[in-house]
Amino acid sequence: MTAAETTAAELRRRTRDLLAAHPVATTGHTAFLGARFDAGLAWVHYPEGLGGLGAPRSLQAVVDAELAAAGAPDNDPRRIGIGLGMAAPTVLAFGTDEQKRRLLRPLWIGEEVWCQLFSEPGAGSDLAALSTRAVRDGDDWVVDGQKVWTSSAHTARWGILIARTDPEVPKHRGITYFVCDMTAPGVEVRPLRQITGEAEFNEVFLTGVRIPDTRRLGGVGDGWKVAQTTLMNERVAIGGMRVPREGGMIAPVARAWRERPDLRTHDLHQRLLTLWVEAEAARLTGERLRQQLAAGEPGPEGSGMKLGFARLNQEISGLEVELLGEEGLLYDDWTMRRPDLVDFTGREAGYRYLRAKGNSIEGGTSEVLLNIVAERVLGLPQEPRTDKDVAWKDLAR
Amino acid sequence: MTVKPAQSDLLYTEEEEALRSAVRSLLADRCDAAGVLARTESEHPHDRDLWKALAEGMGLAGLLVPETHGGQGATHREAAVVLEELGRAVAPVPFLTSAVIATETLLACPGEEAADLLAALASGRTVGGLAVPFANAPGPVRTPVRYSGGALRGEVAGVADAAVADILLVPTAEGLFAVDTGRDGVTVTPQTSLDRTRPLAAVTFDGAPARRLAARAGTPVRTGLRAGAGLLASEQLGIAEWCLAETVRHTKERHQFNRPVGSFQALKHRLAKLWLDVVNTRAVARHAADALATGSDEPNLAAALAQAHASPVAVRAAEEALQLHGGIGMTWEHPVHLYLKRAKADSIGLGTAGQHKEALAELVALPSP
Repeated sequence: MTAAETTAAELRRRTRDLLAAHPVATTGHTAFLGARFDAGLAWVHYPEGLGGLGAPRSLQAVVDAELAAAGAPDNDPRRIGIGLGMAAPTVLAFGTDEQKRRLLRPLWIGEEVWCQLFSEPGAGSDLAALSTRAVRDGDDWVVDGQKVWTSSAHTARWGILIARTDPEVPKHRGITYFVCDMTAPGVEVRPLRQITGEAEFNEVFLTGVRIPDTRRLGGVGDGWKVAQTTLMNERVAIGGMRVPREGGMIAPVARAWRERPDLRTHDLHQRLLTLWVEAEAARLTGERLRQQLAAGEPGPEGSGMKLGFARLNQEISGLEVELLGEEGLLYDDWTMRRPDLVDFTGREAGYRYLRAKGNSIEGGTSEVLLNIVAERVLGLPQEPRTDKDVAWKDLAR
Repeated sequence: MTVKPAQSDLLYTEEEEALRSAVRSLLADRCDAAGVLARTESEHPHDRDLWKALAEGMGLAGLLVPETHGGQGATHREAAVVLEELGRAVAPVPFLTSAVIATETLLACPGEEAADLLAALASGRTVGGLAVPFANAPGPVRTPVRYSGGALRGEVAGVADAAVADILLVPTAEGLFAVDTGRDGVTVTPQTSLDRTRPLAAVTFDGAPARRLAARAGTPVRTGLRAGAGLLASEQLGIAEWCLAETVRHTKERHQFNRPVGSFQALKHRLAKLWLDVVNTRAVARHAADALATGSDEPNLAAALAQAHASPVAVRAAEEALQLHGGIGMTWEHPVHLYLKRAKADSIGLGTAGQHKEALAELVALPSP
């Protein structure tokens, strides 16, 4: 037996021990998740004592399969995606022992929701130009500024925050990374209504918010480096799941085509087939990426996945509205709501069409991602830069 | 528990990578662009010495043939890797036509006659070809060739690599037949082709003596063309990869306005989009090769998907390469036109993307109005 098989068997045994000691039928949801965390089966690649066992990440599937077969509750990862995908790896990489002990367990169990306080009205693609200030005052930092596009801010207990602590140095060097208590005085969350009619995001106003220095992640002025860990993990999170054929945005339009012969035209047919082919090709690329990760050989394909899906989601949902013809002139509901979850493929065609417009903006605009592919994957030279060696305070705004 | 269809293996094995290295290194030595270009203007556009080295020396002619018939007993996955490399070099050898299409057609024929021919093709010393127009998509073949009294009569034009074929497999309404091209009654006339690295020829049968391989040509021919279409996507992947890599190299080196032209965002974005297309093409090409090898997915669907996707990508890659090379890309001397012509010919060969999308419409139940 290889070491990996031994570990898989070992994990299976530990999972069965957990299920024996905490029967799913008689253990509360949160209590079970807590026990799972304490048994090191939450994320097995994390260290012991922090929900893991220091095992290879690929073995998580062994635990998940055992627990799913036993009908065990999960931590509803879609609701706490920012915590799991972005905050946790950053806390793990840069947090003090005290911070890791305090923050990771309630994060994973889902008791404490996280949000991300990065983007600002004046700093989107050029995130490093951000102008939210943090000024040292005794053992605290005092934070003033405005953040935007903050999903989950209204349910979050914590926010990962980057703020400017030194305006005298070039922009990448004067940033520091904090964990912000969203219940602290001076934190104001306002819904930000979008073109769909919903307020899935928020704006967050920070006015004299005091953050103890003990909630700083990484060194003063090292915030940009820390934020790279967060952003890298945001992109790793894609591509983990196996999607069936016709699994994404193409599903509702293919269904409509099959069920509604009255809507069919030759022009729509050609466009539908082209998009079906592209969607299937993108799905297979995702599957290929998943196989590469499982084999321990991550390729650069991940950098492009989001680009492809953004364009496809937009084109497919646009085709769907057109296919529906007269019905495409209607919209299901413009009522202002604050949903807990983001659902790209939910609701009706009109909503999907409008929501998909955000896919090429959120998590890095397609234009910036194309630059990243061109420079990091293809090795093409950067555009000449005028902002690199200039103090932040002297940049044009 | 629901039963899920097996997922195809989309990666390359170590053995496949080793095969790639061996083929690439041989082609680097023996198949440079200047040589290919010079050869297209000679009387013999095919490189018989290179074919001998690949087919006999490395045993590639018999990849798809079982060891019991004198072949390598490998699969479409390995053949696909070879085609990626041949595409990168626009190599003028009859691998696709003989070692894939003719071989796969013979594999679908019962009987001794087909088995003997398979062994001959596997040895690499005999080149085979399927006497149907290169543009024919997998499916019905309408041919004017007729069989009567032990001989064939009629003409088929647009047959790829026919000029180097020793044996032609000829579908007729009376069955599938084998003909030696060296015999009386067979005339092979080269046609002036868009892609001179895979030249076409017209074949005339005028009382050519023929042996019957199968009573009905439909299934063996469809099987051969399907394998050809599915694996052509790997050749198209190789073409697109060469175009992308060469264009990236050129735009890094070429300076205008006191900076590398590859630093202009307008060019970077075009190349990044092309890279995405190439990445997706690799996935559909691997999927088709694996489906043909293992039947893990419906091979008809996988081959049609691969062709519907890869054909326009290879053409776009070559067209982008030409444009982003600027003036030099328009010259006879620069090899990019060899790739453009091959890519454009491949986009028609074995069916256009549109024909493959029509096939898909039926296979995935998205019917036309």
